[in-house]
Amino acid sequence: MSVTVRIPTILRTYTGGAAEVTAEGSTLAEVLADLEKNHTGIGARVLDDTGKLRRFVNVYVNDDDVRFAEGLGTPTPDGAGVSIIPAVAGGC
Amino acid sequence: MPAGVAGRPNLNPGMTRLVRADRLAAELGVSGELHVKDDSGNPTHSFKDRVVAIAVEAARAFGFTTLSCSSTGNLAGAVGAAAARAGLRSCVFIPHDLEQGKVVMAAVYGGDLVAIEGTYDDVNRFCSELIGDPAGEGWGFVNVNLRPYYAEGSKTLAYEICEQLGWRLPDQLVVPIASGSQLTKIDKGLRELIALGLVEEKPYRIFGAQAAGCSPVSQAFKAGHDIIRPVRPDTIAKSLAIGNPADGPYVLDIARRTGGAVEDVTDDEVVDAIRLLARTEGIFAETAGGVTVGVTRKLLKDGLLDPEATTVVLNTGDGLKTLDAVASGSRPTAVIRPDLAAFRAAGLA
Repeated sequence: MSVTVRIPTILRTYTGGAAEVTAEGSTLAEVLADLEKNHTGIGARVLDDTGKLRRFVNVYVNDDDVRFAEGLGTPTPDGAGVSIIPAVAGGC
Repeated sequence: MPAGVAGRPNLNPGMTRLVRADRLAAELGVSGELHVKDDSGNPTHSFKDRVVAIAVEAARAFGFTTLSCSSTGNLAGAVGAAAARAGLRSCVFIPHDLEQGKVVMAAVYGGDLVAIEGTYDDVNRFCSELIGDPAGEGWGFVNVNLRPYYAEGSKTLAYEICEQLGWRLPDQLVVPIASGSQLTKIDKGLRELIALGLVEEKPYRIFGAQAAGCSPVSQAFKAGHDIIRPVRPDTIAKSLAIGNPADGPYVLDIARRTGGAVEDVTDDEVVDAIRLLARTEGIFAETAGGVTVGVTRKLLKDGLLDPEATTVVLNTGDGLKTLDAVASGSRPTAVIRPDLAAFRAAGLA
């Protein structure tokens, strides 16, 4: 399964400046592992030492926050768009 | 904070009133000092003018030409006004379903206002992507790429509260939580005053307040978790409707470190609390103020707030921004002809 991964500015040092890269995998975990294989170091910025998504990183598969889906087990169908977004916010 | 912030055109926010709320205290069974820090008195009627003042100065320093933000409403108005005063272009982003008062406040200053079909969290995500795109080149998003500066502005709430108390720390504070940034910076501001020796060090407790319809931090606190599970917001307290709060984990740390708590109240309790504050103190709070007053009442009832201590409750915005919340129960007591007989007949003499 080939998916498109959108890379935030802060992580583009790992992708040679590319804002979008392709990766393979049928779940988010597999996609992130493939991403790490081709862009060494990026995985540790998204996952913590225990292999969980970091508290301050949000990941979307298409339009869905994976925390509402199956987390790292969220399926990534062929052609899906994965977005990695650092946590920011407004409000009080 | 940038030292020159007060020297250039800005909206001159801050130094809002700290109201000694004796009648509210009596109603809540509080025997200690109860104060309301009423930030509705800022230039665009919410605490957001504080954070935007710092962000504008940073935007100037970075050479940004467009001022922007993702907003639940109050911030959009504050950015629009500050950009107008600073002579910068503004383009702000809001969820499409905001209260009319906030939409008008965001649009009236003449900048661009974009309503996004989605929740605040969708708006936020969009802005994060725009920032990394050439279309966002030269844009200063006050709460995204200027966030480290912007957030510092909330420390002025802590400074003022202590100054207005006669340079002393309150014992307890009740602070609203949306992203959680304000609460963390109030704590930082208090610690800075202690470190500088401007107030005498003593324990203080910080309590966070959320609406039940968007209470991811409260839920995490009560469950003993240190991570936040995002929620989809469903509450009238739209200025607090952030389902995925970036500073939520820090709020949990501070509430636990200081011996505070995080609590939430239903929309009905929010409306009751808005009316209670208006009726007892003459302060018309927006829904976020209803949340803090409602949570204060709940924490007192549950024995978590000390009724004999000095307590400060924050109201971060003006009730005129969220009229719909109380409109249905706020009507003329009587509608009569202009004559005395009709007045007597209405039973109001």
